[in-house]
Amino acid sequence: MTAPAIEDLLRELAPQVLGALVRRYGQFEGCEDAVQEAVLAAAMQRPGQGMPGNPRGWLMTVASRRLIDQVRSDQARRERESALAAEVAPEEASGTDDTLVLLFMCCHPALTAASQTALTLRAVGGLTTAEIARAFLVPEATMAARISRAKQRIKAAGSSFSLPGGAEREERLWVVLHVLYLIFNEGYTASAGRELHRADLAREAIRLARMVHAQLPDDGEVTGLLALMLLTHARQRARTTAAGDLVPLAEQDRATWDRGLIDEGTALVKAALAGPALGPYQLQAAIAATHADAASAAQTDWRQVHALYLILERIAPNPMVTLNRAVALAETQGPAAGLALLSTLDGDERMAGHHRLLSVRAHLLEKAGDTAGACDHYRRAARATASIAEQRYLQSRASRLRP
Amino acid sequence: MKFLISMHINPAVLDALTDEEKAAIGAGHGRFIEALKGSGELITTQALADPSQAAVVSVRNGQPVVTDGPFLEGKEYLGGFYLVDCESKERAIELAAQVPDSAIAGLGVEVRQVMFADGQLDA
Repeated sequence: MTAPAIEDLLRELAPQVLGALVRRYGQFEGCEDAVQEAVLAAAMQRPGQGMPGNPRGWLMTVASRRLIDQVRSDQARRERESALAAEVAPEEASGTDDTLVLLFMCCHPALTAASQTALTLRAVGGLTTAEIARAFLVPEATMAARISRAKQRIKAAGSSFSLPGGAEREERLWVVLHVLYLIFNEGYTASAGRELHRADLAREAIRLARMVHAQLPDDGEVTGLLALMLLTHARQRARTTAAGDLVPLAEQDRATWDRGLIDEGTALVKAALAGPALGPYQLQAAIAATHADAASAAQTDWRQVHALYLILERIAPNPMVTLNRAVALAETQGPAAGLALLSTLDGDERMAGHHRLLSVRAHLLEKAGDTAGACDHYRRAARATASIAEQRYLQSRASRLRP
Repeated sequence: MKFLISMHINPAVLDALTDEEKAAIGAGHGRFIEALKGSGELITTQALADPSQAAVVSVRNGQPVVTDGPFLEGKEYLGGFYLVDCESKERAIELAAQVPDSAIAGLGVEVRQVMFADGQLDA
């Protein structure tokens, strides 16, 4: 087994072993630390030695021992020692997959989104604190504190290790999907200098979404989110030049789009749309599939894109959706119609001075032939964004139009 | 999201404070630092030496020219900063409001988003 293959296997097993430990001993906090240590120990010891015949059992044994060591070293928990020590022989992690239960726990509503993502990447993704810190460009100590605080919060909230039921389950699943979406976006909107690490986050989000999809294959939004990620990730090679400059969708070399991912994503969209209820992820995936289906920007079915944004706007009203609908509207009815729709966002506080509103207006003004207005808006958008790649792109658009 | 919370200090304002008030600012920063460390939002914080010690460097005709600082002439100068990684701009503003300086007229606390970061040795 190669080193990356071992790493993949360890990361796949980590949440299963953690789930089994929490079921057995409770105390998510301590179990999570123990599994992290076991995975680290495995990664350090195994190279050259290959993997044991039963890697899951091996991880389970090491993690259980770590947990017992922890409890032993904790004077305040001395009385629990005998109970735990009596159970030294660890049982095999059960075949049932606790990944979903763990995900729900890590995405506990008592946590901030930043904590939910960090804890999810560690406890479910099997990443080390150092790797997560590197991906988010913060010191390891900062990330360690964030994860430890998150675990304290979960403990204080008295969360039980089980899936919530009924309406709560729906709400919590929405949070889980949102966290996976945030992880994906963090990787997708790579900022200068760290593209590689960030792209790994996109892949990690896809891996986690696949795990959830395997557990809940009939949930339309889970399917929709996975499809959206695959269809977006398919364009990864086309969306930047070798120099790292952004390439807008209309100008991307579609031959470099990943056909395998597109086919998989498209099939998932079809399956999801055949279901009973439409959700925001399914609609966004359907829009991405419409783009993927077009041989060029000009051949895009903009009517369908516009219709999908219209439905999305109705079920999940959001100024960003209106913004995107304005782009589609401009393609079907001309830039004036798009600009008219944009003007409805001018009074929206959430969009005041937002670089996306400025850049879309610049784009539509350019299409309408208002070169000076477009140039001015591209410049203002460039000043408003906090992304270097986007700023470079917007500045180049502005310079191109300079009178 | 990363933000720089910078503290713009006015020595005349600071000099006019009582010893108790000065001590309260110091203690307030101490508590703020501990809270930020605990929540996993602090990247780093630094306080700068007096601006009278600053050197302004420019290169003219390939030769460095060094003059006494500070570069900006004003009553206020950059005294120090907190570099934080937090949820949103709203949260950064909430944090800035906990910096003791923000409660003192004449001292400025400013929040700006970070656009590029590199050079962190352990990351």
